[in-house]
Amino acid sequence: MNTVLVIVALATVATAAAAMSRPSLLNCVLLLTVSWTGIAAFYLWAGAEFAAFAQVLIYVGAISMALMFAVLLTRRTRSDFPPARASGSRAAYAILAGAAVAAVLLAAVARSSVAAAPAPGPASTVRQLGVQLMGPHAAALLVVGVLLTVALIGAVVLAAGAGPARPEGTR
Amino acid sequence: MSPLQICLAFSSALFAVGLAGALARSNSILVLLGIELMLNAANLNLIAFWRFSPHGSPSTGVVFVVFAIAVAAAETAVGLALVISIYRHQQDIRLEEATRLKG
Amino acid sequence: MSPAATPDESLLERAPVLARDWLTGFLPGPARWLAGSLLAVVAVLLVFATLFALLTLAERKILGRVQNRPGPNRVGWFGLLQPVADGIKMLIKEDLVPRAANPVLHLLAPVVLLAAAIMTFAVIPYGRHLVPVELDAALLYFFAAGSATELAVFMAGWASHNKYSLLAAMRALAQLISYELPLLLSTVPVVLAAGTLSTTGIVAAQSGWKWNLVPHWLVFTPCGAAGFAIFMVSALAESNRSPFDLPEAESELIAGHLTEYSGFKYALFFMAEYFGMCAASAMAVTLFLGGWHAPLPALEAIPSYVWFSAKLLALLLGFIWVRATMPRLRIDQLTRLAWKFMVPLALVNVGTAAFWSLTFPWTGPLQLLRWAVAIALAAGPFFLLGRGLTSGLGPRTYRYA
Repeated sequence: MNTVLVIVALATVATAAAAMSRPSLLNCVLLLTVSWTGIAAFYLWAGAEFAAFAQVLIYVGAISMALMFAVLLTRRTRSDFPPARASGSRAAYAILAGAAVAAVLLAAVARSSVAAAPAPGPASTVRQLGVQLMGPHAAALLVVGVLLTVALIGAVVLAAGAGPARPEGTR
Repeated sequence: MSPLQICLAFSSALFAVGLAGALARSNSILVLLGIELMLNAANLNLIAFWRFSPHGSPSTGVVFVVFAIAVAAAETAVGLALVISIYRHQQDIRLEEATRLKG
Repeated sequence: MSPAATPDESLLERAPVLARDWLTGFLPGPARWLAGSLLAVVAVLLVFATLFALLTLAERKILGRVQNRPGPNRVGWFGLLQPVADGIKMLIKEDLVPRAANPVLHLLAPVVLLAAAIMTFAVIPYGRHLVPVELDAALLYFFAAGSATELAVFMAGWASHNKYSLLAAMRALAQLISYELPLLLSTVPVVLAAGTLSTTGIVAAQSGWKWNLVPHWLVFTPCGAAGFAIFMVSALAESNRSPFDLPEAESELIAGHLTEYSGFKYALFFMAEYFGMCAASAMAVTLFLGGWHAPLPALEAIPSYVWFSAKLLALLLGFIWVRATMPRLRIDQLTRLAWKFMVPLALVNVGTAAFWSLTFPWTGPLQLLRWAVAIALAAGPFFLLGRGLTSGLGPRTYRYA
């Protein structure tokens, strides 16, 4: 059971690292989509099927599309780019920061004493999830619905800019 | 290493990769991708603890993750709309160029 | 292939399960589950690949006859070997990859598309004991696997390194995401009525007959009928079929995002489109037409998979009929149809379904009121929204030749 977990984990972290380091923006987005599928595979291993399918449907099916549209709408041809400034040192500092955070977290994980009993996972059915969402968490569900509506209306207004272009004045 | 520790190490590594990517790249969309990775790593943590915890309420972890995915989707949409607005203003989405408060 | 076959069902009904048990009986215990799953995969692939071949031929013949010409009839008796000839042609054609194209993405796009289309076949109950994978959230799995096709469309357009392919891919993507919302929303009444996301549960909720004559299929309720119509139109758009086939309109943009594809990769795209059509029809049969149930109690002797195939073929022939009859929609027309007509209609349908399930205990003359209100809620917005959509267009003038 652990071997599957380790393989999925290594593949996901490898594709995520590749996604953050490629020069071509679209390759980054595609590799990140692969790592999102890896995370969905982890959810399936853990027995949270609903979360896995929701992850694929939302991230791979919708957010990746939005990202690709944004990438394509904000492209510039290669000749317009001024040469990049000294970004090598910035990358080095960023990797140092990431490594430091990883070291702290991994030390905490390794030192903590977690029970090694591999108990069978909780059986979460869709019915129980629905009862939970409509019962104790109903208020949160409504708030998330309002949040999504407001955020998406705001995004549309932001992206639409100043409305339709006015026709040329003098022709 | 128990399976829970492997899961937590996995999510910590993913979080660190997302953090390094968000700090290193100068393209705004790549910074957004790094933030998405960090959110996904947090979701991984939630599912890992849900899987290996004593079974109080059977679906709380999954409910948490569903809400987190929804909020992440909303945040991505707004972030991308902001990127498009900035592009319309200055024809460049590199973060070093967004230095003026005018406009 | 799930629940155990009871001995009082007919031999024909139990035949696939008995065959699988006999074949996997040769293997030791732990490998039996894997072998059974592999057999299910192979059976589904064989059946749908044959169906794809015959469907291409049926489409060309039916289109031909509608257009007053015979269709392909040279190869084999009545043209029955035409798919074989087409397959050989596709395989021996030269595979051209543009020099500036991204070879990895160019190869991966049809593979990802076909993989996503095939993965959607896994949760459909083809017969009483014939569902390949039994999942608790099967409907969500179906839509999740289907949403990966959009990624492949974009990869195809981008990898071709052709600005017209890229624009066509973005147009195709806009169409796909516009129609995904009505597709998902039109299945909510089904989930409300059946109380489960599992496809076997939804089929089981449509069992039985009212007055021993009218089956309990969801298409015979007002919200189910409206949902069925919305689902079929959205399935037409999701699989890029006429009248929504602008992304691959041969007469207008050569092949849109598939312009730079030739030979076997083009055949893979073609196959993935037909598989998507078959999967959407199979899901419509499961959700709205009662799955593998027979329409009358007297006809239960005919095995369940025969009924499923008959309903599936009827829907596929409906797809072909629509292709032969309707002209193509422009991209702005079809996105306007999606966002201003189908989405509000699907949302009102969800409200109708809520009303329908809440008024379930009404009896006697209240039943008539229930039906009247439900039909008004389903048909009223259709006419009002339709009127709003076509307002502003001039009166039709007919000129006879």
